[in-house]
Amino acid sequence: MIDILLLITLFAPLVGFIINGIFGKFVFRFSGYIGTFVLFISAVSSSILLFITLSSSNFIYDKSYFYWIVIDKLKIPFGLLLDNLSAIMIFVVSFVSFWIHFYSIEYMRKDESYSRYFAYLNFFVFSMLLLVLANNYVLMFVGWEGVGLASYLLIGFWFKKQSATDAGNKAFIVNRIGDAGFLLGIFVIFSFFGSVVYSEVFKNTNLINKEILTLIGILLFIGAIGKSAQFPLYTWLPDAMEGPTPVSALIHAATMVTAGVYMVARSSPIYILSPDASFIVAFVGAFSAVLAASMALVNNDIKRIIAYSTISQIGYMFVGVGLGAYWAGIFHLWTHAFFKALLFLGAGSVMHALNDNLDIRLMGGLYKKMKITWITFLIGSLALCGIFPFAGFFSKDKIIEYAYFSNGVIFYLVIFGVVLTAFYTFRLFFLVFHTKPRDEKLYEHAHESNYIMTIPMIVLALFSIIGGWIYSYFESALSYLPHVKFDEHSALNISLISQILAIFGIMLAFFMYQKPIIPKSLGDNFIIKGFYKILYARWGILSDWYELFILRFLKWFSGIIYRFFDLSIIDGIVRLFAYISALIGSGIRGVQDGKFSTYIVLIILIFTFILYLMILSG
Amino acid sequence: MNETYLIILISLAYFFIGVLTVLFRRNTIIMLMGLELMLNSANFLLITIGNIVKTLDGQIFSILVLAIAASEVALGLAIVVNLYRLKQTTNVDDFFSLGSK
Repeated sequence: MIDILLLITLFAPLVGFIINGIFGKFVFRFSGYIGTFVLFISAVSSSILLFITLSSSNFIYDKSYFYWIVIDKLKIPFGLLLDNLSAIMIFVVSFVSFWIHFYSIEYMRKDESYSRYFAYLNFFVFSMLLLVLANNYVLMFVGWEGVGLASYLLIGFWFKKQSATDAGNKAFIVNRIGDAGFLLGIFVIFSFFGSVVYSEVFKNTNLINKEILTLIGILLFIGAIGKSAQFPLYTWLPDAMEGPTPVSALIHAATMVTAGVYMVARSSPIYILSPDASFIVAFVGAFSAVLAASMALVNNDIKRIIAYSTISQIGYMFVGVGLGAYWAGIFHLWTHAFFKALLFLGAGSVMHALNDNLDIRLMGGLYKKMKITWITFLIGSLALCGIFPFAGFFSKDKIIEYAYFSNGVIFYLVIFGVVLTAFYTFRLFFLVFHTKPRDEKLYEHAHESNYIMTIPMIVLALFSIIGGWIYSYFESALSYLPHVKFDEHSALNISLISQILAIFGIMLAFFMYQKPIIPKSLGDNFIIKGFYKILYARWGILSDWYELFILRFLKWFSGIIYRFFDLSIIDGIVRLFAYISALIGSGIRGVQDGKFSTYIVLIILIFTFILYLMILSG
Repeated sequence: MNETYLIILISLAYFFIGVLTVLFRRNTIIMLMGLELMLNSANFLLITIGNIVKTLDGQIFSILVLAIAASEVALGLAIVVNLYRLKQTTNVDDFFSLGSK
């Protein structure tokens, strides 16, 4: 039963991919329905699986179906692992993806590559499910790479646009850097544990040196940095906005960027034994959370603001898993999936209404024309800011609590992030839906999207509200993961502080944009102006770092290598072989002179020689 | 035993006459005749040795060889006719279109 359900959940999107990918021309107009239907099957069976897993205590289904790679001691099975963690993940992935597919039916209707789009989308979900369900690191890496490939294809979906192609390449290449770390981590795991299967690795973590575990933790986390767009490999995510908006929703909410968090939570037996690696995870997360939030403050692109907020929220998740509160990180992943998908779908709806316009300076006052989008977007924003009782509150609050009890620096970073989040989210909200319309023509054109687009938003809004209420249940479901314990006597105070700070951020946005009590002339202040400029340039220094240090260095270094190694040694060897062949060729070319008699003489000589050999050997 | 030696020597002589014909004559038809000579030297050997060791295998096999030789000659002559039509000669040294010159 579980067997079959698991395989259905995993392979339904693959079937959709094959149908849409190969027979796209025949099913053209139905691609959307096929793609959505397979996801529907996947979502239904994954929710049954979730129900089965959570209803029995400590449910673990770990089965290797067959050996996929066998080389000497290296045995890699094709195996699936279903426990509470992966059951929750497949539910989030398939459920949110289903609604995004549903939304895409309408959103992409006019696109000429309709079935290609759905084929990629299905493949994306399949890869993510494979990543989540794998029972060993190598199979996870297959899903990991599949997700990377699908994101490359989808970001560069409109490949006729140069910027989209570039963004796709950037996403792929930046991800490769992280993948290299992940791959090295797998190598180290294999060389010390002798296996890559989770159950065998985690059984023996006590036998391995702490330094080795730290090394593994850091290498795996490099992979997570790349995939989950954390500092310093976050640069691809804002550019990924070149893809269609539902793709952004898919990348940010359900698939791809959450993979890193899942991987760290999955490797929790390793991280729990290595405080150093865990601290790095938490610190990078906290730093990225604040850095990305600060960049979102002044951005004017509706999708990019949400993209930066994703980096920031993923940072929170890493703080959670880095501090040993694995369930809190996964819980934030869960709530974030709903409200972030909702925000992106809302942004897509706004773009749809405004002729694909992205600049929030040209929007404003849309709440009159787009009631459903307005309300759902508000719910998503409140959930993102972590206002009680929306989903984000419960998850983010837990992370902040854990941060308070474990590390001062990280606590101040995340609590500062709360203010920034509230500010930029509501800056976006007010500028898009309230204030006066700043572009009459666009405003006239605006209209509410049709029901295929609004239904997913309503459903996700519902989950953005109630998704957080199950936190105690969630904690007990994931309590089998190793975790650090804290006494929680002052937890209420922390929640209050974070609430006050979030409301402060919202008020700030309100008084700056909606009811401009805060005078505009403040912006002329030398310090504020300078700060604004730095933020607007996305910490200019930072993005130029890559150019300055890494790219220049690489170019210089590869120039040297090219001149002294490639040209002389590599090319030399190749040329030597060519020269030898030419020499031999010119020597025996004379034999083939086209004269019949020469051939006959040769034939007779060779036959005689063979005969001689035969006689010799008896 | 002397008989056997004699037979082998005769057949060897036949064979070398054939080889030399193919090697040194330039006329394609003569060369084909040389080929036939070689085949027949083998036939000669097969039949007589078969007769000495008292089996029919040699004779049967020689008939097989004859049949194949006949068809080969038919093909070969057809090729020679076509070549002659093409080049107006049967001199093998004039057939060098595959050569590098």
